Amino acid sequence: MIDRDMAPLLQVSDLSRHYGGQVGCEDVSFELYPGEVLGVVGESGSGKTTLLKCIAGLLPPSAGTVSFDTRVDGPRDIYAMSEPERRMLMRTDWGIVFQNPREGLRMNVSAGANVGERLMAVGARNYGEIRGNAVDWLTKVEMDLGRIDHLPETFSGGMQQRLQIARNLVTQPRLVFMDEPTSGLDVSVQARLLDLIRGLVRQLGIACVVVTHDLGVVRLLSHRLMVMRGGRVVEHGLTDQVLDDPQHPYTQLLVSSILPV
Amino acid sequence: MTQPSQTSDVEEMIQVEGLSKGFTLHNQGGIRIPVLENVSFTVKRGECVVLAGASGSGKSTLLRSIHANYLAEAGSILVRHDETWVDLVGAPPHLVLDIRERTLGHVSQFLRVIPRIGALDLVAQPLLTRGFDETAAQRRAEEMLERLAIPRALWALPPATFSGGEQQRVNIAMTFARDYPILLLDEPTASLDAGNRQAVIDLIVEARDRGVAIVGIFHDAFVRDAVGTRTYTVDSARKAA
Repeated sequence: MIDRDMAPLLQVSDLSRHYGGQVGCEDVSFELYPGEVLGVVGESGSGKTTLLKCIAGLLPPSAGTVSFDTRVDGPRDIYAMSEPERRMLMRTDWGIVFQNPREGLRMNVSAGANVGERLMAVGARNYGEIRGNAVDWLTKVEMDLGRIDHLPETFSGGMQQRLQIARNLVTQPRLVFMDEPTSGLDVSVQARLLDLIRGLVRQLGIACVVVTHDLGVVRLLSHRLMVMRGGRVVEHGLTDQVLDDPQHPYTQLLVSSILPV
Repeated sequence: MTQPSQTSDVEEMIQVEGLSKGFTLHNQGGIRIPVLENVSFTVKRGECVVLAGASGSGKSTLLRSIHANYLAEAGSILVRHDETWVDLVGAPPHLVLDIRERTLGHVSQFLRVIPRIGALDLVAQPLLTRGFDETAAQRRAEEMLERLAIPRALWALPPATFSGGEQQRVNIAMTFARDYPILLLDEPTASLDAGNRQAVIDLIVEARDRGVAIVGIFHDAFVRDAVGTRTYTVDSARKAA
């Protein structure tokens, strides 16, 4: 449920990122409210991953600002923060679920430690509590607890993604970024993961930015939709309105290109 | 918040004023299909307005525009939300979602199935955010599924495998389990047999008599006569074009 009475959690203003002479993304502005899920769609090279990296604190923009409503100090420009402050934010109030689990997990420590590590980074020291928390979250993402001491290396792609989600949610972040969270998975595994994400996001009231090229994913997960092409946002609105009554030529092409099942 | 253009009647729930809607097909040489032109009508509490007109005249387009699923091109669509008039045309997405959550119920022709969620939970879950506790939500959902004759054996199963008629009844149960002040109904009885059709008619009539403002498309004359209080004929803008 979106909380309308609160200030925006994230405010992105006139954001651009160039790579030399190349445009990554250009002049993007939007607000995200607590509990709101924003989908970003577009073909490869449309700038959606560049945008995600910029707003997630991983890639400084060439121009524009990203402001996050911090618990203590209110809205702050994340690139005006000190490096330790930003890192702390990324470990506590933010989560990032990467397309490639290798980027988001530590492959050489156990599943339980992957979840516990994030808690220790914010000061948890009691082994029993950390372990209990890890078990709790691994259960929520439907992991077989018999695998808690195994390395993620030995997990299937779907299990690795569920472990990434547990690792991110254990600190109860208010904002989670997801980059193609379900691509590369079998359709049945995708459905299970999507359903899990949908349930957790709604229960916990987490705001999300989900980047994907899959319109089915945004239809199921997101309240609002942004369509990108050539680094620019060409259309932005309520998800079902953008998908059912697309206005921009590119969105019309995208929607009409879905193969009926 | 916008004020209504006419003298405000406390009984009015929807005011559509000068609504126009067409479609531009950019990938088919930019063809423009006008559908609705300058449509105006109002709906009061306790009314069930039946949208009439030939196939292709724009009945569904009108209903979808009121649901803000289609983007109006001109005019205004005012709905009474928490005793304030809100114009759905140009309203920000989070406000539209809030209106759909609490004021504007909609029964579409097809159920959008969510994988892995059982029929009973599908009906009960949305009630939890509306002040029902777990037990009350469960009871209300059971009551609705029972009224709509969904076999008890199916309640725990996700509706993906249900028949068309069963899916449609789950869809109706989801919307009617909640007390929306406004209901938009798009062919709610299309794939139902006579017995189930009567159950849906009863639900609509009860809602209407409780003061819900209803707009609907009903191709079945029997249903139309049973629930409708008034007809609004949608004229195709295409004739003029």
